Amino acid sequence: MSTQEPFTIEQFYNFIKQGKLMAGKCQKCGKIHLPPRPLCDNCYSQQFTWLAVSGKGKLLTYTVIHIAPQQFQNLAPYAIGIFELENNLKIPGIIEGVPQDQLKIGMELTLDLTSCNTTQQWPQWSRYCFKP
Amino acid sequence: MNRKPLVSIIGAGMSKFGKHTGLLTRELFAEAASEAFSRCPKLQPKKDIKALFIGHMGEAYEHQGHTASTLADWAGLVGIPATRTEAACGSSGAALRSGIYAVLSGLADVVMVGGVEKMTHRTTAEVTEYLAMASDYPFEQFHGITFPGLFALMATSHMHNYGTTEEQIAKVAVKNHYHGSLNPKAHMQKEITIETVMSSRYVAWPLKLYDCSLITDGASCIILTKPELAQKYTDQPVHIIGSGQASDTIGLYERKSLSSLQATKIAAKAAYEMADIKPEQIDLAEVHDCFTFAEIMAYEDLGFCRPGEGGKLVESGETYLNGRIPVNTSGGLKAKGHPVGATGTAQTYELYLQLTDQAEKRQVKDAKIGLSQNIGGSGATAVVHIYRREK
Repeated sequence: MSTQEPFTIEQFYNFIKQGKLMAGKCQKCGKIHLPPRPLCDNCYSQQFTWLAVSGKGKLLTYTVIHIAPQQFQNLAPYAIGIFELENNLKIPGIIEGVPQDQLKIGMELTLDLTSCNTTQQWPQWSRYCFKP
Repeated sequence: MNRKPLVSIIGAGMSKFGKHTGLLTRELFAEAASEAFSRCPKLQPKKDIKALFIGHMGEAYEHQGHTASTLADWAGLVGIPATRTEAACGSSGAALRSGIYAVLSGLADVVMVGGVEKMTHRTTAEVTEYLAMASDYPFEQFHGITFPGLFALMATSHMHNYGTTEEQIAKVAVKNHYHGSLNPKAHMQKEITIETVMSSRYVAWPLKLYDCSLITDGASCIILTKPELAQKYTDQPVHIIGSGQASDTIGLYERKSLSSLQATKIAAKAAYEMADIKPEQIDLAEVHDCFTFAEIMAYEDLGFCRPGEGGKLVESGETYLNGRIPVNTSGGLKAKGHPVGATGTAQTYELYLQLTDQAEKRQVKDAKIGLSQNIGGSGATAVVHIYRREK
Protein backbone atom coordinates (compact mmCIF):
# COMPACT_ATOMS: atom_id res chain seq x y z
CA MET A 1 0.00 0.00 0.00
CA SER A 2 1.23 3.47 -0.79
CA THR A 3 2.54 5.49 2.11
CA GLN A 4 2.28 8.75 0.19
CA GLU A 5 -1.13 9.77 1.47
CA PRO A 6 -1.18 11.77 4.71
CA PHE A 7 -2.51 9.97 7.78
CA THR A 8 -5.49 12.26 8.25
CA ILE A 9 -9.24 12.02 8.64
CA GLU A 10 -9.63 13.74 5.27
CA GLN A 11 -7.62 10.92 3.68
CA PHE A 12 -9.68 8.31 5.57
CA TYR A 13 -12.78 9.71 3.88
CA ASN A 14 -10.99 9.88 0.51
CA PHE A 15 -10.48 6.13 0.82
CA ILE A 16 -14.15 5.68 1.82
CA LYS A 17 -15.10 7.48 -1.41
CA GLN A 18 -12.93 4.94 -3.25
CA GLY A 19 -14.71 2.08 -1.51
CA LYS A 20 -11.92 1.26 0.93
CA LEU A 21 -11.88 1.13 4.73
CA MET A 22 -8.32 2.00 5.76
CA ALA A 23 -6.59 2.38 9.12
CA GLY A 24 -3.12 3.69 9.98
CA LYS A 25 -0.64 1.26 11.56
CA CYS A 26 2.24 2.65 13.59
CA GLN A 27 5.53 1.35 12.24
CA LYS A 28 7.20 1.65 15.62
CA CYS A 29 4.78 0.18 18.18
CA GLY A 30 2.26 -1.49 15.88
CA LYS A 31 -0.81 0.32 17.24
CA ILE A 32 -3.60 0.52 14.69
CA HIS A 33 -5.46 3.83 14.49
CA LEU A 34 -8.98 4.16 13.15
CA PRO A 35 -9.33 6.95 12.21
CA PRO A 36 -5.68 7.40 11.24
CA ARG A 37 -3.76 10.11 13.09
CA PRO A 38 -0.45 11.84 12.31
CA LEU A 39 1.08 11.28 15.76
CA CYS A 40 0.87 7.90 17.51
CA ASP A 41 -0.73 8.53 20.91
CA ASN A 42 1.06 5.49 22.29
CA CYS A 43 4.71 5.98 21.23
CA TYR A 44 4.70 9.41 19.48
CA SER A 45 5.99 7.95 16.22
CA GLN A 46 5.02 9.73 13.00
CA GLN A 47 5.71 6.71 10.78
CA PHE A 48 2.68 4.74 9.63
CA THR A 49 1.56 2.30 6.96
CA TRP A 50 -1.97 1.92 5.64
CA LEU A 51 -3.85 -1.21 6.61
CA ALA A 52 -7.02 -2.41 4.88
CA VAL A 53 -9.71 -3.29 7.44
CA SER A 54 -12.60 -5.71 6.88
CA GLY A 55 -15.98 -4.02 7.00
CA LYS A 56 -17.52 -6.85 9.05
CA GLY A 57 -18.72 -5.35 12.32
CA LYS A 58 -20.37 -6.57 15.52
CA LEU A 59 -22.99 -4.22 16.98
CA LEU A 60 -21.87 -3.05 20.44
CA THR A 61 -24.72 -0.64 21.17
CA TYR A 62 -27.38 1.28 19.30
CA THR A 63 -30.05 3.97 19.46
CA VAL A 64 -32.83 5.19 17.23
CA ILE A 65 -32.70 8.93 16.61
CA HIS A 66 -36.20 10.42 16.52
CA ILE A 67 -35.34 14.10 16.92
CA ALA A 68 -32.72 14.67 14.23
CA PRO A 69 -30.48 17.53 13.24
CA GLN A 70 -31.78 19.60 10.31
CA GLN A 71 -29.67 17.77 7.76
CA PHE A 72 -30.91 14.30 8.81
CA GLN A 73 -34.59 15.10 9.33
CA ASN A 74 -35.68 13.34 6.15
CA LEU A 75 -34.14 10.09 7.49
CA ALA A 76 -35.67 10.16 10.98
CA PRO A 77 -36.30 7.92 12.78
CA TYR A 78 -32.99 6.27 11.92
CA ALA A 79 -30.81 3.78 13.79
CA ILE A 80 -27.20 4.45 14.80
CA GLY A 81 -24.78 1.89 16.12
CA ILE A 82 -21.24 1.58 17.37
CA PHE A 83 -19.49 -1.38 15.74
CA GLU A 84 -16.49 -3.48 16.65
CA LEU A 85 -14.38 -4.40 13.65
CA GLU A 86 -11.30 -6.66 13.50
CA ASN A 87 -8.31 -5.78 15.72
CA ASN A 88 -10.71 -4.27 18.32
CA LEU A 89 -11.23 -1.21 16.13
CA LYS A 90 -14.51 0.62 16.69
CA ILE A 91 -16.53 2.93 14.51
CA PRO A 92 -20.04 4.41 14.63
CA GLY A 93 -22.47 4.68 11.73
CA ILE A 94 -26.06 4.71 10.55
CA ILE A 95 -27.72 1.30 10.25
CA GLU A 96 -29.83 0.64 7.17
CA GLY A 97 -31.95 -2.34 6.18
CA VAL A 98 -32.72 -3.68 9.66
CA PRO A 99 -36.22 -3.20 11.12
CA GLN A 100 -35.72 -1.16 14.28
CA ASP A 101 -37.42 -3.72 16.52
CA GLN A 102 -34.97 -6.34 15.30
CA LEU A 103 -31.81 -4.49 16.30
CA LYS A 104 -29.81 -6.56 18.74
CA ILE A 105 -26.48 -6.05 20.48
CA GLY A 106 -24.05 -8.62 19.11
CA MET A 107 -25.59 -8.85 15.63
CA GLU A 108 -23.23 -8.76 12.68
CA LEU A 109 -23.54 -6.08 10.02
CA THR A 110 -21.26 -4.93 7.24
CA LEU A 111 -19.91 -1.52 6.38
CA ASP A 112 -21.47 -0.48 3.10
CA LEU A 113 -19.64 1.86 0.78
CA THR A 114 -21.85 1.53 -2.28
CA SER A 115 -24.39 4.19 -1.40
CA CYS A 116 -21.93 6.89 -0.38
CA ASN A 117 -22.93 10.39 -1.27
CA THR A 118 -21.76 13.88 -0.48
CA THR A 119 -24.32 16.59 -0.13
CA GLN A 120 -22.69 19.45 1.70
CA GLN A 121 -20.14 22.13 1.01
CA TRP A 122 -17.85 21.18 3.87
CA PRO A 123 -16.64 18.63 4.44
CA GLN A 124 -16.73 16.88 1.08
CA TRP A 125 -16.66 13.49 2.74
CA SER A 126 -18.64 10.40 1.81
CA ARG A 127 -20.91 8.87 4.40
CA TYR A 128 -20.78 5.08 4.84
CA CYS A 129 -23.45 3.04 6.58
CA PHE A 130 -23.90 -0.45 8.04
CA LYS A 131 -26.17 -3.03 6.41
CA PRO A 132 -26.99 -6.74 6.90
CA MET B 1 -11.02 14.40 56.13
CA ASN B 2 -9.20 16.75 58.46
CA ARG B 3 -6.70 17.81 55.84
CA LYS B 4 -6.29 21.51 55.16
CA PRO B 5 -8.83 22.71 52.60
CA LEU B 6 -7.61 23.76 49.14
CA VAL B 7 -9.72 26.92 49.15
CA SER B 8 -12.78 28.29 50.93
CA ILE B 9 -16.01 29.61 49.47
CA ILE B 10 -17.06 32.89 51.08
CA GLY B 11 -20.01 33.79 48.87
CA ALA B 12 -22.18 32.44 46.08
CA GLY B 13 -24.93 33.66 43.79
CA MET B 14 -27.26 32.32 41.15
CA SER B 15 -29.79 33.99 38.91
CA LYS B 16 -33.25 32.50 38.74
CA PHE B 17 -32.98 29.66 36.17
CA GLY B 18 -35.61 29.74 33.44
CA LYS B 19 -36.64 31.75 30.44
CA HIS B 20 -35.35 35.32 30.61
CA THR B 21 -36.73 37.10 27.57
CA GLY B 22 -34.91 40.33 26.80
CA LEU B 23 -31.84 39.72 28.95
CA LEU B 24 -28.29 39.16 27.70
CA THR B 25 -25.70 36.89 29.38
CA ARG B 26 -23.96 39.86 30.96
CA GLU B 27 -27.20 41.00 32.59
CA LEU B 28 -27.93 37.51 33.90
CA PHE B 29 -24.43 37.33 35.31
CA ALA B 30 -24.87 40.68 37.08
CA GLU B 31 -27.83 39.14 38.94
CA ALA B 32 -25.70 36.23 40.16
CA ALA B 33 -22.76 38.50 41.08
CA SER B 34 -25.02 40.84 43.03
CA GLU B 35 -26.30 37.95 45.17
CA ALA B 36 -22.76 36.66 45.81
CA PHE B 37 -21.62 40.12 46.94
CA SER B 38 -24.64 40.57 49.20
CA ARG B 39 -24.01 37.20 50.85
CA CYS B 40 -20.50 38.38 51.78
CA PRO B 41 -20.89 41.98 53.08
CA LYS B 42 -17.33 42.14 54.40
CA LEU B 43 -15.96 41.63 50.89
CA GLN B 44 -14.96 44.75 48.96
CA PRO B 45 -15.29 43.37 45.43
CA LYS B 46 -13.28 46.04 43.58
CA LYS B 47 -10.46 45.90 46.11
CA ASP B 48 -10.40 42.23 47.01
CA ILE B 49 -11.25 40.21 43.88
CA LYS B 50 -8.07 39.67 41.87
CA ALA B 51 -9.24 37.46 39.01
CA LEU B 52 -12.35 36.13 37.28
CA PHE B 53 -12.75 32.69 35.68
CA ILE B 54 -15.85 32.13 33.56
CA GLY B 55 -17.39 29.00 32.08
CA HIS B 56 -19.31 29.74 28.89
CA MET B 57 -19.87 27.32 26.07
CA GLY B 58 -21.19 29.07 23.01
CA GLU B 59 -20.62 32.32 21.15
CA ALA B 60 -23.33 31.34 18.69
CA TYR B 61 -26.27 32.03 21.03
CA GLU B 62 -25.72 35.80 21.15
CA HIS B 63 -23.07 36.20 18.49
CA GLN B 64 -20.85 37.20 21.37
CA GLY B 65 -17.47 35.80 22.25
CA HIS B 66 -14.85 37.24 24.61
CA THR B 67 -17.24 36.56 27.44
CA ALA B 68 -14.98 36.76 30.48
CA SER B 69 -13.91 40.39 30.09
CA THR B 70 -17.48 41.37 29.27
CA LEU B 71 -18.73 39.78 32.47
CA ALA B 72 -15.92 41.31 34.56
CA ASP B 73 -17.17 44.69 33.37
CA TRP B 74 -20.84 43.95 34.10
CA ALA B 75 -19.93 42.63 37.57
CA GLY B 76 -18.21 45.94 38.33
CA LEU B 77 -14.76 44.39 38.20
CA VAL B 78 -13.31 45.87 35.03
CA GLY B 79 -9.53 45.86 35.16
CA ILE B 80 -8.95 42.45 36.71
CA PRO B 81 -7.69 39.51 34.62
CA ALA B 82 -10.70 37.66 33.25
CA THR B 83 -10.39 34.27 31.55
CA ARG B 84 -12.97 32.01 29.97
CA THR B 85 -12.73 28.23 30.16
CA GLU B 86 -14.61 26.15 27.62
CA ALA B 87 -15.28 22.50 28.30
CA ALA B 88 -18.80 22.24 26.88
CA CYS B 89 -21.31 21.58 29.70
CA GLY B 90 -18.35 21.23 32.07
CA SER B 91 -17.14 24.79 31.42
CA SER B 92 -17.73 26.29 34.85
CA GLY B 93 -16.59 23.15 36.67
CA ALA B 94 -13.34 23.66 34.78
CA ALA B 95 -13.45 27.38 35.66
CA LEU B 96 -13.70 26.43 39.33
CA ARG B 97 -10.66 24.21 38.95
CA SER B 98 -8.82 27.16 37.34
CA GLY B 99 -9.85 29.42 40.22
CA ILE B 100 -8.38 26.92 42.66
CA TYR B 101 -5.14 26.90 40.65
CA ALA B 102 -5.05 30.71 40.88
CA VAL B 103 -5.55 30.84 44.65
CA LEU B 104 -3.13 27.99 45.35
CA SER B 105 -0.50 29.57 43.12
CA GLY B 106 -0.44 32.57 45.41
CA LEU B 107 -1.11 34.95 42.53
CA ALA B 108 -4.59 35.86 43.77
CA ASP B 109 -5.96 35.70 47.32
CA VAL B 110 -9.59 36.16 46.29
CA VAL B 111 -11.09 35.11 42.95
CA MET B 112 -14.55 34.95 41.45
CA VAL B 113 -15.57 31.90 39.44
CA GLY B 114 -18.80 31.56 37.51
CA GLY B 115 -20.63 30.58 34.41
CA VAL B 116 -23.45 31.67 32.17
CA GLU B 117 -25.52 30.66 29.16
CA LYS B 118 -28.46 32.35 27.47
CA MET B 119 -30.25 29.79 25.30
CA THR B 120 -34.02 30.15 25.19
CA HIS B 121 -34.15 32.88 22.54
CA ARG B 122 -32.93 30.33 19.99
CA THR B 123 -35.06 27.62 18.37
CA THR B 124 -34.72 24.07 19.66
CA ALA B 125 -33.13 23.12 16.33
CA GLU B 126 -30.51 25.83 16.71
CA VAL B 127 -29.75 24.90 20.32
CA THR B 128 -29.47 21.24 19.35
CA GLU B 129 -26.97 22.17 16.67
CA TYR B 130 -24.89 24.39 18.98
CA LEU B 131 -24.79 21.75 21.73
CA ALA B 132 -23.80 19.05 19.23
CA MET B 133 -20.58 20.97 18.60
CA ALA B 134 -19.30 19.50 21.87
CA SER B 135 -19.31 16.02 20.32
CA ASP B 136 -16.90 14.57 17.76
CA TYR B 137 -17.53 16.11 14.36
CA PRO B 138 -15.99 13.62 11.88
CA PHE B 139 -17.52 10.43 13.29
CA GLU B 140 -20.48 11.51 15.42
CA GLN B 141 -22.08 14.74 14.19
CA PHE B 142 -21.21 13.88 10.59
CA HIS B 143 -23.10 10.58 10.91
CA GLY B 144 -26.22 12.10 12.41
CA ILE B 145 -25.53 11.31 16.07
CA THR B 146 -27.15 13.84 18.38
CA PHE B 147 -26.32 14.59 21.99
CA PRO B 148 -29.27 12.64 23.35
CA GLY B 149 -28.15 9.95 20.89
CA LEU B 150 -24.75 9.63 22.59
CA PHE B 151 -26.31 9.15 26.02
CA ALA B 152 -28.87 6.79 24.48
CA LEU B 153 -26.01 4.66 23.11
CA MET B 154 -24.62 4.45 26.65
CA ALA B 155 -28.05 3.71 28.13
CA THR B 156 -28.65 0.85 25.65
CA SER B 157 -25.29 -0.65 26.58
CA HIS B 158 -26.09 -0.35 30.31
CA MET B 159 -29.53 -1.91 29.85
CA HIS B 160 -27.94 -4.79 27.95
CA ASN B 161 -25.09 -5.33 30.43
CA TYR B 162 -27.03 -4.94 33.68
CA GLY B 163 -30.74 -5.21 32.95
CA THR B 164 -31.40 -1.55 33.76
CA THR B 165 -34.92 -0.59 32.66
CA GLU B 166 -36.51 2.46 31.06
CA GLU B 167 -38.71 2.76 34.17
CA GLN B 168 -35.68 2.94 36.47
CA ILE B 169 -34.13 5.62 34.25
CA ALA B 170 -37.44 7.54 34.29
CA LYS B 171 -37.42 7.55 38.11
CA VAL B 172 -34.46 9.94 38.04
CA ALA B 173 -36.72 12.49 36.32
CA VAL B 174 -39.52 12.00 38.86
CA LYS B 175 -37.11 12.46 41.77
CA ASN B 176 -35.38 15.51 40.34
CA HIS B 177 -38.66 17.21 39.46
CA TYR B 178 -39.78 16.61 43.05
CA HIS B 179 -36.61 18.30 44.29
CA GLY B 180 -37.11 21.09 41.74
CA SER B 181 -40.58 21.71 43.18
CA LEU B 182 -38.81 22.72 46.43
CA ASN B 183 -36.35 25.12 44.75
CA PRO B 184 -37.71 28.61 44.06
CA LYS B 185 -34.90 29.22 41.54
CA ALA B 186 -35.55 26.08 39.49
CA HIS B 187 -36.77 26.37 35.91
CA MET B 188 -39.47 23.71 36.48
CA GLN B 189 -41.06 23.68 39.92
CA LYS B 190 -43.72 21.06 39.26
CA GLU B 191 -43.76 17.43 40.26
CA ILE B 192 -44.25 14.88 37.50
CA THR B 193 -45.33 11.25 37.50
CA ILE B 194 -43.56 8.27 36.01
CA GLU B 195 -46.40 8.01 33.47
CA THR B 196 -45.54 11.50 32.21
CA VAL B 197 -41.98 10.40 31.55
CA MET B 198 -42.85 7.01 30.09
CA SER B 199 -45.51 8.39 27.75
CA SER B 200 -43.40 11.26 26.44
CA ARG B 201 -42.14 10.89 22.89
CA TYR B 202 -38.81 9.32 22.09
CA VAL B 203 -35.94 11.70 21.40
CA ALA B 204 -33.33 8.97 20.96
CA TRP B 205 -34.51 5.52 22.02
CA PRO B 206 -34.48 4.57 24.91
CA LEU B 207 -34.43 8.21 26.05
CA LYS B 208 -37.63 10.24 25.93
CA LEU B 209 -38.41 13.93 26.10
CA TYR B 210 -38.73 13.84 29.91
CA ASP B 211 -35.35 12.12 30.19
CA CYS B 212 -33.71 15.25 28.82
CA SER B 213 -32.57 18.31 30.77
CA LEU B 214 -34.03 21.71 29.95
CA ILE B 215 -32.95 24.49 27.63
CA THR B 216 -32.54 27.25 30.18
CA ASP B 217 -31.09 30.73 30.73
CA GLY B 218 -29.03 31.28 33.83
CA ALA B 219 -25.87 32.39 35.55
CA SER B 220 -24.04 31.36 38.70
CA CYS B 221 -20.91 32.36 40.57
CA ILE B 222 -18.91 31.76 43.72
CA ILE B 223 -16.14 33.64 45.49
CA LEU B 224 -13.06 31.73 46.64
CA THR B 225 -10.24 32.60 48.96
CA LYS B 226 -7.39 30.96 50.85
CA PRO B 227 -8.67 28.99 53.87
CA GLU B 228 -6.61 31.15 56.25
CA LEU B 229 -8.35 34.30 54.99
CA ALA B 230 -11.90 32.92 55.01
CA GLN B 231 -12.74 34.04 58.55
CA LYS B 232 -11.86 37.61 57.62
CA TYR B 233 -14.85 37.57 55.25
CA THR B 234 -17.42 35.25 56.81
CA ASP B 235 -17.98 33.02 59.80
CA GLN B 236 -19.76 30.52 57.55
CA PRO B 237 -17.31 29.51 54.80
CA VAL B 238 -17.62 26.24 52.91
CA HIS B 239 -14.32 24.52 52.25
CA ILE B 240 -13.29 22.70 49.09
CA ILE B 241 -11.24 19.74 50.28
CA GLY B 242 -10.87 17.70 47.09
CA SER B 243 -10.62 18.50 43.40
CA GLY B 244 -10.29 16.25 40.37
CA GLN B 245 -10.54 16.89 36.67
CA ALA B 246 -9.98 14.46 33.81
CA SER B 247 -10.31 14.13 30.06
CA ASP B 248 -11.27 11.29 27.74
CA THR B 249 -11.49 10.74 23.99
CA ILE B 250 -13.91 13.15 22.33
CA GLY B 251 -15.46 10.24 20.43
CA LEU B 252 -17.61 7.92 22.54
CA TYR B 253 -16.89 5.11 20.08
CA GLU B 254 -13.17 5.08 20.97
CA ARG B 255 -13.72 4.38 24.68
CA LYS B 256 -13.23 1.02 26.38
CA SER B 257 -16.49 1.23 28.29
CA LEU B 258 -19.76 2.34 26.73
CA SER B 259 -21.70 2.18 30.00
CA SER B 260 -19.52 4.23 32.36
CA LEU B 261 -17.46 7.41 32.18
CA GLN B 262 -13.76 6.87 32.72
CA ALA B 263 -13.15 10.62 33.14
CA THR B 264 -15.60 10.72 36.08
CA LYS B 265 -13.83 7.76 37.68
CA ILE B 266 -10.39 9.38 37.32
CA ALA B 267 -11.59 12.78 38.59
CA ALA B 268 -13.48 11.19 41.50
CA LYS B 269 -10.48 9.10 42.56
CA ALA B 270 -8.27 12.19 42.59
CA ALA B 271 -10.83 14.21 44.57
CA TYR B 272 -11.54 11.44 47.10
CA GLU B 273 -7.82 10.86 47.69
CA MET B 274 -7.10 14.56 48.08
CA ALA B 275 -9.96 14.94 50.56
CA ASP B 276 -9.18 11.65 52.31
CA ILE B 277 -12.86 10.81 51.96
CA LYS B 278 -14.65 7.61 50.94
CA PRO B 279 -17.84 7.62 48.87
CA GLU B 280 -19.80 6.35 51.91
CA GLN B 281 -18.93 9.58 53.75
CA ILE B 282 -20.63 11.83 51.19
CA ASP B 283 -23.85 13.27 52.67
CA LEU B 284 -25.24 14.74 49.44
CA ALA B 285 -24.24 15.26 45.82
CA GLU B 286 -25.05 17.37 42.81
CA VAL B 287 -24.36 15.26 39.71
CA HIS B 288 -24.55 15.96 36.00
CA ASP B 289 -27.99 14.68 34.95
CA CYS B 290 -28.00 16.21 31.46
CA PHE B 291 -30.02 13.09 30.68
CA THR B 292 -31.64 10.97 33.39
CA PHE B 293 -29.47 8.02 32.47
CA ALA B 294 -26.33 10.07 33.15
CA GLU B 295 -27.32 10.25 36.83
CA ILE B 296 -27.47 6.45 37.01
CA MET B 297 -23.96 6.23 35.56
CA ALA B 298 -22.79 8.94 37.97
CA TYR B 299 -23.96 6.90 41.02
CA GLU B 300 -21.76 4.05 39.83
CA ASP B 301 -18.74 6.04 38.65
CA LEU B 302 -18.68 8.05 41.90
CA GLY B 303 -18.89 4.89 44.02
CA PHE B 304 -22.34 5.50 45.54
CA CYS B 305 -23.20 1.97 44.44
CA ARG B 306 -21.55 -0.88 42.56
CA PRO B 307 -21.33 -0.92 38.74
CA GLY B 308 -24.69 -1.92 37.31
CA GLU B 309 -26.68 -1.08 40.44
CA GLY B 310 -27.50 2.54 39.63
CA GLY B 311 -31.00 1.66 38.44
CA LYS B 312 -31.70 -0.13 41.70
CA LEU B 313 -30.30 2.77 43.72
CA VAL B 314 -32.74 5.29 42.25
CA GLU B 315 -35.55 2.77 42.63
CA SER B 316 -34.73 2.33 46.33
CA GLY B 317 -35.51 6.02 46.99
CA GLU B 318 -32.19 6.47 48.79
CA THR B 319 -31.15 9.36 46.53
CA TYR B 320 -34.24 11.40 47.50
CA LEU B 321 -34.05 14.24 49.99
CA ASN B 322 -34.07 12.45 53.38
CA GLY B 323 -32.63 9.30 51.77
CA ARG B 324 -29.23 7.78 52.53
CA ILE B 325 -27.49 9.98 49.96
CA PRO B 326 -29.67 12.74 48.49
CA VAL B 327 -28.66 13.49 44.89
CA ASN B 328 -29.56 16.67 43.02
CA THR B 329 -31.56 18.35 45.78
CA SER B 330 -31.54 21.47 43.58
CA GLY B 331 -33.63 19.63 40.99
CA GLY B 332 -30.53 18.91 38.96
CA LEU B 333 -30.07 19.81 35.34
CA LYS B 334 -33.35 17.98 34.75
CA ALA B 335 -35.65 20.34 36.71
CA LYS B 336 -33.51 23.26 37.85
CA GLY B 337 -32.38 23.61 34.24
CA HIS B 338 -29.15 23.38 32.30
CA PRO B 339 -27.78 26.71 31.05
CA VAL B 340 -24.67 24.79 30.07
CA GLY B 341 -21.89 27.21 31.02
CA ALA B 342 -23.58 28.03 34.34
CA THR B 343 -24.17 24.45 35.46
CA GLY B 344 -20.87 23.62 37.20
CA THR B 345 -20.88 26.56 39.58
CA ALA B 346 -24.67 26.27 40.01
CA GLN B 347 -23.98 22.82 41.47
CA THR B 348 -21.46 24.46 43.82
CA TYR B 349 -24.07 27.12 44.70
CA GLU B 350 -26.51 24.43 45.83
CA LEU B 351 -23.86 22.72 47.96
CA TYR B 352 -22.91 26.10 49.44
CA LEU B 353 -26.53 26.65 50.49
CA GLN B 354 -26.82 23.12 51.88
CA LEU B 355 -23.57 23.27 53.85
CA THR B 356 -24.49 26.65 55.36
CA ASP B 357 -28.07 25.55 56.24
CA GLN B 358 -29.70 27.94 53.81
CA ALA B 359 -31.44 25.42 51.53
CA GLU B 360 -34.82 25.97 53.22
CA LYS B 361 -37.47 23.44 52.15
CA ARG B 362 -34.91 21.13 50.63
CA GLN B 363 -32.32 21.33 53.40
CA VAL B 364 -30.49 18.05 54.00
CA LYS B 365 -30.28 17.54 57.77
CA ASP B 366 -26.78 17.42 59.25
CA ALA B 367 -25.12 17.69 55.85
CA LYS B 368 -21.37 17.94 56.39
CA ILE B 369 -19.73 16.67 53.20
CA GLY B 370 -20.96 17.34 49.66
CA LEU B 371 -19.77 16.37 46.19
CA SER B 372 -20.29 17.86 42.74
CA GLN B 373 -19.75 16.13 39.40
CA ASN B 374 -19.84 18.25 36.26
CA ILE B 375 -19.19 16.69 32.87
CA GLY B 376 -18.55 18.13 29.43
CA GLY B 377 -20.08 16.65 26.31
CA SER B 378 -20.49 12.89 26.41
CA GLY B 379 -17.80 12.68 29.07
CA ALA B 380 -14.60 13.93 27.43
CA THR B 381 -14.38 16.25 30.46
CA ALA B 382 -15.29 15.46 34.05
CA VAL B 383 -14.77 17.66 37.09
CA VAL B 384 -15.40 16.44 40.65
CA HIS B 385 -15.18 18.58 43.78
CA ILE B 386 -15.68 17.68 47.43
CA TYR B 387 -16.91 20.25 49.96
CA ARG B 388 -16.95 20.38 53.76
CA ARG B 389 -18.90 22.68 56.03
CA GLU B 390 -17.14 24.83 58.60
CA LYS B 391 -17.10 22.95 61.92
